[in-house]
Amino acid sequence: MTHALAAPPAHGAAPGDHDYAVTGINSKKLGMWAFLASECLFFGALISTYLLYRTRGPVGQRPGDVYDIPYTSVSSFVLLMSSLTMVLALAAIQRGDHRRLRIWLLATALLGTVFIGGQVYEFTVFVHEGLNISSSVSATSFFVLTGFHGVHVTVGILWLLSLIGMSLRGLIPQERNLEIEIAGLYWHFVDIVWIIIFTVVYLVPN
Amino acid sequence: MAVAVRAPARPFARPRSHTGFWSWISTVDHKRIGILYGVTAFLFFIIGGIEALLVRGQLATPNADMLTADEYNQLFTMHGTTMVFLVIMPLAAAFGNYLVPLMIGARDVAFPRLNAFGYWAFLSGGLFLYFSFLFGGAPDGGWFGYAPQTTQPFSPGNGIDFWLIGLIITGVGSLTAAVNFIITTLNLRAPGMTLMRMPVFVWMNLVVSFLLLFAMPIITVALFQLYFDRNFGANFYNANLGGDPVLWQHMFWLFGHPEVYILILPAMGIVSEILPVFSRKPLFGYAVVVFSGIAIGFMGWGVWAHHMFAVGLGPVANSAFAASTMFIAVPTGVKIFNWIATTWGGDLRLKTPMYFALGFIAMFTIGGLSGVTHAIVPHDYQQTDTYYIVAHFHYVLFGGAIFGLFGGAYYWFPKVTGRLLGEGLGKLHFWLMFIGFNLTFGPMHILGLQGQPRRTYIYDEGMGWDAWNMVATIGSLIIALSVLAFIVNVAKTLRSADRAPEDPWDARTLEWAIPSPPPEYNFAEIPVVHSVDDFWHHKYTEDDEGRLVRLPSGGADEGAAAGEAGEGDSVPEQGAVSTETVPEEHHEAEEGHGHGDGIHMPSPSYFPALASIGFPLVGFGAIYGWWWGAIGAVFLLAGVFGWACEPLAEEHA
Repeated sequence: MTHALAAPPAHGAAPGDHDYAVTGINSKKLGMWAFLASECLFFGALISTYLLYRTRGPVGQRPGDVYDIPYTSVSSFVLLMSSLTMVLALAAIQRGDHRRLRIWLLATALLGTVFIGGQVYEFTVFVHEGLNISSSVSATSFFVLTGFHGVHVTVGILWLLSLIGMSLRGLIPQERNLEIEIAGLYWHFVDIVWIIIFTVVYLVPN
Repeated sequence: MAVAVRAPARPFARPRSHTGFWSWISTVDHKRIGILYGVTAFLFFIIGGIEALLVRGQLATPNADMLTADEYNQLFTMHGTTMVFLVIMPLAAAFGNYLVPLMIGARDVAFPRLNAFGYWAFLSGGLFLYFSFLFGGAPDGGWFGYAPQTTQPFSPGNGIDFWLIGLIITGVGSLTAAVNFIITTLNLRAPGMTLMRMPVFVWMNLVVSFLLLFAMPIITVALFQLYFDRNFGANFYNANLGGDPVLWQHMFWLFGHPEVYILILPAMGIVSEILPVFSRKPLFGYAVVVFSGIAIGFMGWGVWAHHMFAVGLGPVANSAFAASTMFIAVPTGVKIFNWIATTWGGDLRLKTPMYFALGFIAMFTIGGLSGVTHAIVPHDYQQTDTYYIVAHFHYVLFGGAIFGLFGGAYYWFPKVTGRLLGEGLGKLHFWLMFIGFNLTFGPMHILGLQGQPRRTYIYDEGMGWDAWNMVATIGSLIIALSVLAFIVNVAKTLRSADRAPEDPWDARTLEWAIPSPPPEYNFAEIPVVHSVDDFWHHKYTEDDEGRLVRLPSGGADEGAAAGEAGEGDSVPEQGAVSTETVPEEHHEAEEGHGHGDGIHMPSPSYFPALASIGFPLVGFGAIYGWWWGAIGAVFLLAGVFGWACEPLAEEHA
């Protein structure tokens, strides 16, 4: 027997075991779903604030006046592709292919990093064009909403890098592919939030 | 398993001791974490109570100069914030932590280390909030922190920043606790413990956890927005640039009203456990009580704007929220009638927990009724920002939540410590608290209707308020005496050599089927549950005429049931609950576990506490400069990485 984290899937466990699960869904996975439900309200509150404020501010001081839609479309595409590589990473570990697991995790982290780099560049350009967090209430709500999304992507990148490190040390055997799946749930969620932000914030005209 | 897992390198050895200071720092046992929550919250209760006494001291006489306006603002802000976030919420978490696994027949919670982390986050957030007294003054914007009054131009100094960051940190604790409770309740129930066989307390705790899950992120966003306004030149609540003060109110109360149910539902659950035991009857309408609790959980999201009737949202919004507010009184009223019907015709045993439960029903009903009067919009215009509101919410949160929680403390004290609290002092505590409470908050109804504004540190003579204010202050001193009686009772009981029988109340739920205090693994053998109040049905059956008949292997004898500390020799063997009905495969699974040998429990861990040291440091960083935050981030990352890399349970721990 190895330790509990490496135990077989939930439904095989007896009452009193660490991985016993009445619902048949592993507790860690269910816990991640619950956390993501909470995150919906977190982004919901930020997006609502943006929708309330998006037109408030003098002309030229609103984020809608400086968007570069083609540029942001490309970085959105990059982030969406990272969901694909995340799925490939999970498929790899489910087959027991540790090398491809690490390759696809690294690819996901890199795509995420490109997205974050793009966001930093976008913010910098906006600031040079005279739009910063203090410019107007719409600018404030734009920077804080997209900034918090960026923080979520950054946390995801750190998580992916940690998983690569754990995999290199042999801490993620095939039976623990749930670790990858849970990180994937988070990553996909952050991607979906970006789809909503890109639609609501960038594509809906002022 | 074929793949050998290499043991990761460790910065320090896994803690092993089960006694002493470090065992409490590193514990992941839900019962010990429950005790930590309870003791910490009680200490904050004393602090919040002292703040209230100072407020009442200032208000005892007209034109008093005991406190300055600034001190008064700090004290009522910290009193409200403390009682809501650092007393009632964590006390509910204390009961939930201790009891939920025991009540559903589990050996632990779903995420033991996350559970510990939640406690440490709560503690560090609470301490961070109180550091503000040392660093230039406490927050002074009220527990609701209305912006733009709390933005930088109107509230310079760091008090509000401490408030914002402290609440964000305790919010992390609430969120992890909510996830943990939800998954524990859904996934770790013993065989046969279907959802509709769960004790009502477990149900209410589940509803509260969902409320926390969805309410905490909203207030977190609002707190962050205000923090950005104050520190990074953001404009969320800058009215000069079009920032909307009403947005803060919406965000705060969209959290704040579910929060009210977060505070009261655990007490409702506790009372729903106490009343059947001391009435020796099943809870009247179990399913209706459960569904009413769920209904309150849903409807609680649709009433928030009744806190904002005077803001000017317009007649349509006000009417809609007035209607929903009146409507939510229906499931609440249903519960009150169910509790009364539970005691109706029962064989009442008036022990201290029952006193508090009955006090809860009476006081909560008064608070509920005055609440319904706020739902009438023109009436609310008259009451808003007066002491009538203060009277109302103290009747629900003190007369309701605190009475219920004290009832629970008396009821489960023998479970936690193996000792019964004294009945004499207990009843003295109840009567002092009951009289003091009504003297303090009853007159506030009158003061409010006479127009005394709340949050005002001074009032003039000749307004007709003098006498009732003096009565209220005297009442608050009587409450203080009652809490003293409780402390004396606990101190005396903990020193006493008398041991409680294992089932002192002749109770109905699973936690009483095991020894007190329970062993670390709770259940030597996982019980199999057949009905609501399963433990009761193992002790009693009915004869042909419907009278109770004790089964031969039954629980406590009459002497024990009367609360006399006996030897407990007639209580059932541990694990006696339906061992004979455990299916064969479970017998195999539990082989050799009869006395707890070989039960694999999670090992203690330093990492949750280590990670949470990072919170206040990051908080200081957010106020005083990034280097503090960098040190805090190191702690957080080290804690989380250490946590991720160590197994939940050591091989031979």
